[in-house]
Amino acid sequence: MAGIPHDHYEPKTTAEKWVERRIPVIGLLYDTLMIPTPKNLNWMWIWGIILTFTLVLQIVTGIILAMHYTPHVDNAFASVEHIMRDVNGGWAMRYIHQNGASLFFVAVYAHIFRNLYYGSYKAPREITWILGILIYLLMMGTAFMGYVLPWGQMSFWGATVITGLFGAIPFVGEPIQTWLLGGPAVDNATLNRFFSLHYLMPFMILGLSIVKIWSFHSTGNNNPTGVEVRRTSKEEAQRDTLPFWPYFVIKDLFALAIILLVFFAIVGFMPNYLGHPDNYIEANPLATPAHIVPEWYFLPFYAILRAFTSDVWLVIALNWVSGGIIDAAFFGVVAMFAAIAVMALAPWLDTSSVRSGRYRPMFKWWFWGLVFTFFMLMWFGAMAADATILGVEAGTWSLIFTTYWFAYFLVILPLLGVIEKPLARPATIEADFAAHYGPGDDGSSGTGMRLPGERGATTPAE
Amino acid sequence: MMMKTLRRAATILALSTPAAFAAGAAGYVTDYDFPFEGVFGTYDQNQLQRGLKVYTEVCSACHGIRYVAFRNLTDPGGVGFTEAQAQAYTEQFEVFDTTLNDGMGDFREAALNDKFPANNSVGAPDLSLMAKARAGFHGPYSTGISQLINGMGGPEYIASLLAGYTGEEQEVAGTVLYENTAFPGGWISMAPVLYGDDVVFDDGAPTDIESTAQDVAAFLMWTAEPKLANRKQMGLVAVLMLGILAVLLYFTNKRLWAGVKGHQRYGTNVKPVKGPAE
Repeated sequence: MAGIPHDHYEPKTTAEKWVERRIPVIGLLYDTLMIPTPKNLNWMWIWGIILTFTLVLQIVTGIILAMHYTPHVDNAFASVEHIMRDVNGGWAMRYIHQNGASLFFVAVYAHIFRNLYYGSYKAPREITWILGILIYLLMMGTAFMGYVLPWGQMSFWGATVITGLFGAIPFVGEPIQTWLLGGPAVDNATLNRFFSLHYLMPFMILGLSIVKIWSFHSTGNNNPTGVEVRRTSKEEAQRDTLPFWPYFVIKDLFALAIILLVFFAIVGFMPNYLGHPDNYIEANPLATPAHIVPEWYFLPFYAILRAFTSDVWLVIALNWVSGGIIDAAFFGVVAMFAAIAVMALAPWLDTSSVRSGRYRPMFKWWFWGLVFTFFMLMWFGAMAADATILGVEAGTWSLIFTTYWFAYFLVILPLLGVIEKPLARPATIEADFAAHYGPGDDGSSGTGMRLPGERGATTPAE
Repeated sequence: MMMKTLRRAATILALSTPAAFAAGAAGYVTDYDFPFEGVFGTYDQNQLQRGLKVYTEVCSACHGIRYVAFRNLTDPGGVGFTEAQAQAYTEQFEVFDTTLNDGMGDFREAALNDKFPANNSVGAPDLSLMAKARAGFHGPYSTGISQLINGMGGPEYIASLLAGYTGEEQEVAGTVLYENTAFPGGWISMAPVLYGDDVVFDDGAPTDIESTAQDVAAFLMWTAEPKLANRKQMGLVAVLMLGILAVLLYFTNKRLWAGVKGHQRYGTNVKPVKGPAE
């Protein structure tokens, strides 16, 4: 709001002036909704709205579910079945909430990789990026604790395995684990605090989301060229931008309709596809499932966690250097969290002065390598520990792709800025837009390419 | 769930065969056709009534379905009993009522609003959710493609298990195990229960092992997912309405941007929809 020159809200009616003198909230809403937005945003700039919508969807369905859910080890599983069978529309709320978590993570991963490709994390948007990583971490915590609430077998054993990670921390691990669980093992105390935190954390996410919107409204949106909106005059800024309402609101709503169509097809026709059958068996501390797997959205990081076994030379070396304090389990935990932390450091690890991957011929390949790595890790995370692909163990494959994940951020991004020769970038967003959609009336430069079926001077929007 | 078109496409791609049968250790599960499969599939009321009969006369000796209430037998889209039929059925059961006998609890005749009694007599698992708690199809290679094409395969697994006994048995540490082609590992502690002609169906449906097994598997899918018809209806309505909405929004968006893309540009001769206050 601050950066790009634009017209501000002026109260017209007496009522508006009365409110605005006391609290400038109408002006705040107006400026938020009418924010000048780069007009060349492509379809990867829809995920913010999808995420906002999903957050609201999850909070609304979650509040309704909480009205009927009982956070007690004796009743939790039965109360979920009560919701599924006896509560009016309860089955819909539950299935929407359950699959809504997956929608949330599909959107957040698309959003994260969009930012990594177009260099949206670079100055001056580092804080926006860090806020995003914090939201992502909170999302992971919320999703993990939410998965425990139905008190199925995978809930219980997932909670046991994941809280067990904290037990791997040297010296203080076991007290921390006991403190987190509220006892020596996953039990009623654990379920109660997870329920409480599962209710709290979405509102922390909501708060951080508002701060995040504030932060990128201060810097302005990035865009596919990475070229900044001209701020030299209002006239020039207007040639680079369009107001968020109605241009981007309608565009985002169209994207939201398509995504919800797919989402409701999954909820309606295959609601349990993304879940695990074992979670329809009530938790039993005496029977361990044959194959404990987290939900799909945790798999890439789960693969990193499992990749570091005691026969990896790095683990052996650190184990020897630390006198046995750092073992494979602890190293795996550190690696898993470091894999996310290293993303947060991207603004400082990426040395290239060019934002958008579109003009970085070498970066492009390495970036798609990272996307490939992400999906490969997801795949290997889903496998049994002793599974083999092409005669090589899943753990070894995970290690190879884990190495790429860290190398991308710690080696490739810093080096590329030095050795890569970026391509020519458009001077302005206006020029980029004209190059795609034809020149403007003032004859500004462009190749004249238009969308199929797109005519020239007709149909102004009225 | 199990979209027929998808499955046909997959058969052409020769994906489904290795997908369903690749994992030898997981057991062999036949991909039976159930009427509740696919986008439009719903429960066959006659089949559910047959399945209920099989459950009552065979399974209920060892297994309970404690999340299902007797009143659910009258629910639309399910077994479809009339209230009188449900009442007559319910009267066969006794439930334990903790409020009787001065709070000591006692057995009484079951009422419609009671749940089916749990059955822990031989430690057999409750069957209410069994059709969702088992996966019949896996992989291939942990990709989940088989389940995407064939469905999760819970009812298929139950039917295959009931029809999958070979007749071989062995004793391991004092427990008799029965060989079963569908059970992971091949040896199950549950004795075979279906031998053919185990029940008499009023509608004259076949009573061979495979048919009986499919009927009770369908019934157990209903006990696990009683709102299946409502769910698919919601899915269809949502997809239709969102489809229409998407088309409308597509053209709205196209028209809105037509003034900006191409010849026209915001701020020249095109009147913005809601310009900044001047």
